Amino acid sequence: MRQFARQMLRNPSGLIGLIIVVMAILVAVVGPLIFPNSPWRMVQRPFLPPFTLSAVPLGTDALGRDVFAGIIHGARVSLLVGLVSTLAALAVGVPLGAIAGYFGGRVDDALMRFTEFFQTIPSFALAIVLVAILQPSIYSIVAAIAIVSWPPVARLVRGEVLSLRTREYVQAAIVTGQTNRWIIWHEILPNALSPVIVLASLMIATAILLESSLSFLGLGDPNLISWGYMVGAGRTVIRQAWWITVFPGLAILLSVLGLNLVGEGLNDALNPRLARQGR
Amino acid sequence: MLSFVAQRIVKGVIVLLAIIVLNFFLIRLAPGDPAVVMAGEAGASDQVFVKQLREKFGLDRPLPEQLFIYVKGILSFDLGFSFRQQAPVSKLILERLPATLLLTMTAFAISLVLGILFGTLAARWAGTWLDTAITAMALVFYATPLFWIALMAILLFSVTLDWLPSFGYETIGARHTGFARVLDIGAHLIMPAMTIGLFFMATYTRMTRASMLEVKRLDFVKTARAKGLSDRVIQRRHVLRNALLPVVTLAGLHTGTLVGGAVLTETVFAWPGIGRLMYEALIQRDYNLLLGVFVVCSAMVLIFNLVTDLVYRMVDPRIQYSA
Repeated sequence: MRQFARQMLRNPSGLIGLIIVVMAILVAVVGPLIFPNSPWRMVQRPFLPPFTLSAVPLGTDALGRDVFAGIIHGARVSLLVGLVSTLAALAVGVPLGAIAGYFGGRVDDALMRFTEFFQTIPSFALAIVLVAILQPSIYSIVAAIAIVSWPPVARLVRGEVLSLRTREYVQAAIVTGQTNRWIIWHEILPNALSPVIVLASLMIATAILLESSLSFLGLGDPNLISWGYMVGAGRTVIRQAWWITVFPGLAILLSVLGLNLVGEGLNDALNPRLARQGR
Repeated sequence: MLSFVAQRIVKGVIVLLAIIVLNFFLIRLAPGDPAVVMAGEAGASDQVFVKQLREKFGLDRPLPEQLFIYVKGILSFDLGFSFRQQAPVSKLILERLPATLLLTMTAFAISLVLGILFGTLAARWAGTWLDTAITAMALVFYATPLFWIALMAILLFSVTLDWLPSFGYETIGARHTGFARVLDIGAHLIMPAMTIGLFFMATYTRMTRASMLEVKRLDFVKTARAKGLSDRVIQRRHVLRNALLPVVTLAGLHTGTLVGGAVLTETVFAWPGIGRLMYEALIQRDYNLLLGVFVVCSAMVLIFNLVTDLVYRMVDPRIQYSA
């Protein structure tokens, strides 16, 4: 563990990513407590440029709402959706992949065809259709993102399980008469964890991008402010007020970049052999 | 070769059928009784009309039979009727398809060419400032939301510099003909195509770089070096050719995401393609049209995957056709 931490810290880009992600999490957790102003309330005249009033540092939008407050409150939605939808995708993908890899044969065939099917469908288009039909809400968004992002998890876990299954300690567990479920949960999956963790961190980043794209198209939860919604709302007035679209977009860019850097840092730290190859 | 093509086509058709069935159930999930919704959209919701609609679309029959009617309809390219736009869905989609194909194909070419170029440069000069700069650029574009790249491009090239038009397919009312029209469309195409292109370029750059570095360490490259071949020849003939295979595979698999990119980009640039059509359907909650676009997009992706698969197998003779 200590060695892992040292590996992670030695990697400058991973460290930068970690700092960005920790800051984003801090903003999401305590930000709304420090800035309790509702991001929906009109606080100043519309189209107030940024850096003119210290109370509204990033200016106001077309309805006089505080852009800075929107970014602070939006962090919560973006990160939460990213995290929860990734967990949901893992909850689908890990068991499916494990079952396919462990049992092999027809079960594997059937499950992998099913996975391929979901990989062929254009994912963003499916997400749009799902959210539109289920009606936009934080639940439908999380569900849609999870539905389009579980296949890579299943494939990864299947591959890992396939190679771990032949190891001696797994064979030993089979000989001692352990149940299949016990072997998968206690012998195989813990050893397949590190690539899954790496993938999960990258998936959170993709999920944040997806959520922002959905909200940008007007498919966000109407009761929650999010960065994608802010960019979408500022789009029509971009000629008069650049700041309404620029700042929330930067927030998305930074958090996604941070998460990707952390993912790569984790990859280098958890799979040092692979990392050296890349150099 | 032929049996392989046949096999792939059969597989594609099965997937397409599965997508159509999925679509059928998605329509059933849409809020409201379809007949009542249709009647409402047509502007007359009395009982008789609703009953007529039910009979016309077979909504009064058992579910399996409805499914059969639906699949049969789609296979003869009847995707239903859009009451909002007062036109058959298939006609609306066919009108918009060329613009989307032009946009996505241009974007695809841009992303592949730039991605392979930058990836090769980064791998060739691995560890230098050039590598760092290219890797950093790829990381940033990889993390930037597509719609935001589009908006920033408008802000820079249309609003500030006034170099490029910010919306549409060609200048309205300009009535250009011949080469002038091509130039006009080109000027409108640059920004949307670059937006999608840059995002995917990032992926291909990273992939090409990693793949080149991996191939570089292999024995046959050492042999080539030992034979005294020049560095340039080794890079181009031995390393790049082999490193490109995974990149091409990935690019082929990416066409599905390309469609998603088209929805966002066409929305921002008011590009009259099926992505924009999907957005219009979305805003008006025109479910028939929305799902029609979805089916057509899926079919397009299937066809494209099939084509790349075939090309790939032709490029790399090591792959068995029967596989």
